[in-house]
Amino acid sequence: MDSKEYIASGILELYVAGALSEKENEAVHAMMLKYPEVTQEVLSIEAAIVSLTAATANKDITATFDAIKERLQLSDDAIDETPVIPLKKGSSILRYAGWAAAIVFATGLVFTMMLKNNLESEIEIVRSEREALKKQIYQANSDLTAASELLDVLRTKDIISVPLGGQAVSPESYAKVYWDKSSNNVYLDLQGLPEPPPGKVYQVWSLKLDPLTPTSLGIIEDFTTDKDKVFDLQNANESEAFGITLEPAGGSKSPTMEQLYTLGVVSSNP
Amino acid sequence: MELETLIEQFQNKDAKAFESLYEMYNESIFGVINTIVKNDDIATEILQDVFIKAWNKSDSYTTKKGRFFTWLLNIARNAAIDKVRSKAYKNTQQNQDIDFFVHSIESNDNLDQKINAIGIRKYIGKLAEKCKQIIDYIYFKGYTQKETAETLEIPLGTVKTRNRNCISELRKVLNV
Repeated sequence: MDSKEYIASGILELYVAGALSEKENEAVHAMMLKYPEVTQEVLSIEAAIVSLTAATANKDITATFDAIKERLQLSDDAIDETPVIPLKKGSSILRYAGWAAAIVFATGLVFTMMLKNNLESEIEIVRSEREALKKQIYQANSDLTAASELLDVLRTKDIISVPLGGQAVSPESYAKVYWDKSSNNVYLDLQGLPEPPPGKVYQVWSLKLDPLTPTSLGIIEDFTTDKDKVFDLQNANESEAFGITLEPAGGSKSPTMEQLYTLGVVSSNP
Repeated sequence: MELETLIEQFQNKDAKAFESLYEMYNESIFGVINTIVKNDDIATEILQDVFIKAWNKSDSYTTKKGRFFTWLLNIARNAAIDKVRSKAYKNTQQNQDIDFFVHSIESNDNLDQKINAIGIRKYIGKLAEKCKQIIDYIYFKGYTQKETAETLEIPLGTVKTRNRNCISELRKVLNV
């Protein structure tokens, strides 16, 4: 995918929102390093979102930073606040002991506070990680549901399975068509096809053999991004064969037969 | 100053850099928190917590994970959502309008002091219902692409394209 298509896909808007998975975030970051125009786009989107979200702040909250500084003890004169204890001659040992106890106590208190703050932050980080993991589990579950749904379809009694073999232009290619006549759905397993070159798409055809009449069932637009390479299309034709050709982006009216990748005949019409 | 440098200094515990980043993002972060908790005082409190957490855990941020703004946004949403789920908050019962952020902008008395006030008002004024929904889910509520698709009952790919169209209108009025 070139940078222009990548930008137009809308993924960068989701990136700024934080709506992508960790893996997808890393992929976007890699694209930003590779293409300056992708980085520029991210900066523009971010600027727009910062403005939009800032417009919802109906209160002057600039003063809050002082409170934060105070809580973190970042004030400029914080360093001078360390108490200096004058040593006086003739002070009783009890007095020293009292001071020492107070200092130990104060130090302990500060230390405990810091520990508490750190632990709270720790919890927040763990919580974010947990959210990320939840997203992953959720994704895995959806993938699993999709896979079992597919399996159910393929096991249906009346489904017609048509293997498509590689043709002259790409003898190595193969594909499978599963045709559910009752629902007019065809499921295509295209794992055996190479990635289409840039600017080209696969187009699926239903064929009548005598005379040879091709009808387009559609183009496979998201071949590269689809993980399992299983696609479904509608087919209400009385197909006698199926073919897949490589066509310019957007598809063609009639198949380019020199670019016929796979072809298969429906064995018998029950 | 370059944002990267600023973030690096912030990670090295530079209070000045911290303040600059605060100034850049505090209104956005406050706005998002308040859109979730719908209470100025609670939102101000959470805003403080969020920046304190960011300071204490600054080393857990890396550019590989995403934008610094996005990182803050995530901390803020998690903190705000936790608050909303807490018992003390539940007693105050709030309605869940999808266009609360739109109301916040329209009723914002401070808006006119901001640079982009005119553009933002214009944008919000003619924002389609579809855009209000998707922006609320994706930017204010922190839904994932999948969650948004399921809630709105639209295909996964449509989330990306619809959201991009909604945001590109915004960029037009803001000239970014």
